[in-house]
Amino acid sequence: MGSAAGAPKARVRRYRYPERGLLGGVCAGFAEYMEVDVTVVRFMTAIVVVAGGIGVAIYALAWALTPIAPGSEGARRPRGVWREAVLIVLVVVAVLITLRHTGLWVGDQFVWPLVLGLSGITLVWRPAVLRPGAGAADRRLSWREYLRSRGGRIDVRRLVVGALLVVFASASLLHASGVLRNLGDAIGAVAIVAVALGLLVAPLFVRLARNLTAERAARIREQERAEVAAHLHDSVLQTLALIQKRSGDPREVAALARRQERELRRWLFFERPDGAGGESVRMALERAAAEVEELHGVPIEAVVVGDEPLEARLEALVPAAREAMTNAAKFAGSDHVDLYAEIGTERVEVFVRDRGAGFELDAIPEDRRGVRDSIVGRVERHGGRVAIRTAPGEGTEVELAMERARA
Amino acid sequence: MSSVRVVIVDDHRLFRAGVRAELEGLVEVVGEAGGVSEAITTITECKPDVVLLDVHMPEGGGVEVIRGVAPTQPGIRFLALSVSDAAEDVIAVIRAGARGYVTKTISGPELADAVRRVADGDAVFSPRLAGFVLDAFTGGAPEPQDVELDQLTAREREVLQHIARGYMYKEIAQRLGISVKTVEAHVSAVLRKLQLSSRHELSRWAVQRRLVSLDGP
Repeated sequence: MGSAAGAPKARVRRYRYPERGLLGGVCAGFAEYMEVDVTVVRFMTAIVVVAGGIGVAIYALAWALTPIAPGSEGARRPRGVWREAVLIVLVVVAVLITLRHTGLWVGDQFVWPLVLGLSGITLVWRPAVLRPGAGAADRRLSWREYLRSRGGRIDVRRLVVGALLVVFASASLLHASGVLRNLGDAIGAVAIVAVALGLLVAPLFVRLARNLTAERAARIREQERAEVAAHLHDSVLQTLALIQKRSGDPREVAALARRQERELRRWLFFERPDGAGGESVRMALERAAAEVEELHGVPIEAVVVGDEPLEARLEALVPAAREAMTNAAKFAGSDHVDLYAEIGTERVEVFVRDRGAGFELDAIPEDRRGVRDSIVGRVERHGGRVAIRTAPGEGTEVELAMERARA
Repeated sequence: MSSVRVVIVDDHRLFRAGVRAELEGLVEVVGEAGGVSEAITTITECKPDVVLLDVHMPEGGGVEVIRGVAPTQPGIRFLALSVSDAAEDVIAVIRAGARGYVTKTISGPELADAVRRVADGDAVFSPRLAGFVLDAFTGGAPEPQDVELDQLTAREREVLQHIARGYMYKEIAQRLGISVKTVEAHVSAVLRKLQLSSRHELSRWAVQRRLVSLDGP
């Protein structure tokens, strides 16, 4: 009977062949060892298992004690989950049967539910969170990791099966001990009280949770509102006060209003002042336009297309454009100045146009340093190009262009 | 010059009054509205030639007004008028069907002129709108899907650049050696591309604004 799994008769080592076997490869290994057909071994094993519980125990022991054949695939490949589970169950059953046969037994009606319950608990409590790894490399977390971890995938099947096992086990345990019949009424009463309490308290809890959320949202709104109010106070309200004071000077009022508009627009649509990072060409140009407008009280309509970081080579372009705008605002007598800049990856072009007096280009005296040095000289020193289009009575357009340094 | 009939839609009463006063004697203001649903009712009743439309309003803004009116009143034209707006909002109103965009700082006579041009079926691009459009069609996006719609021709680009630089149509025609009608045709073509192309969604400013909000200025 026991010879199916085999007493050690010879010193030749026996192995298991997990990839060949149906379960653990024990029969396959034995067949190899005895040089008989594996089907015969399996048939005999089946008879032994059916005939008495002891066959199971023997198989399980053989599985646990026989090493995997060297070079067998099973040595490297992780065993299938189901196969593992079946084998563990077999070992447990084997141990139980052995205990039962040896008389160390308290009674079927206690031990079986206990075992079922314990396995249920194990299923639930054993770390069921899978750590996501590369492809099939998912693995269970260790106990320590499990207790510390948050999130992760939880194997729901494990939880359900485990819980069912525990419930079934406790029910049958109670039933077997006869406690259930007496306890029936008490449990019913407890359940009814619990449900009633739940019904009483649940709305309270829901309300509490909702209030908490609402309060938090209100606090956030209040903070936002305070921030906006502070900003408006520092900017818009101050400007309005100034405008009321200077209502006699329409030019001043218009300039104040425009400055405020520009600030507010920047605040609404663009970056907050506390943002990190370097200045871009667009920002530098828009700032220059704003400063000139403020200084000379002539509106400057700035339109900028594209944007790039303000690199060293381009830095000459901004003061030159600023100088051109200053000239237009100071001398042209135009009611507004247009600034247009196109910032591409290869080149940057800036146009400053007014509809003012214009002038004779050749007639610029040598000592008019503004145009010659600040605009033309500055840009050309940095490899840029300047073109000035103007005629008396037709306004002026200054065009600045610079190729960008490209690696 | 027989008067063009205009409805002003803006949620600020003070501003409507101001525009009405500025347009006095230049065009005929036949109605006002302060909200989207009110605007749709007023426009349907008055049947104006042109609607001056605020970009930003409660209940969905200018885009909703155009959506509410355009299907039943295809003859009515819209001109967006606004203080200062984010590029995507302005582009959205244009794509919904507005024939142009001017900023509220525009002078009365200039505004009246713009209204008349829109009534004649022209497109009115302010320097700022020209800048927005150039930005929308410039770089940034991957390969255009529809070459016809997703790209501006060199000439269209040139015309827009001149508008952005502050040139009038007449001056642009002079500088480029083409007729004013041709300039208008180019601007209309740009408007059509803007309304039909889907490229704006991948456009440069959209990408950039996202970068700005993520990385700071």
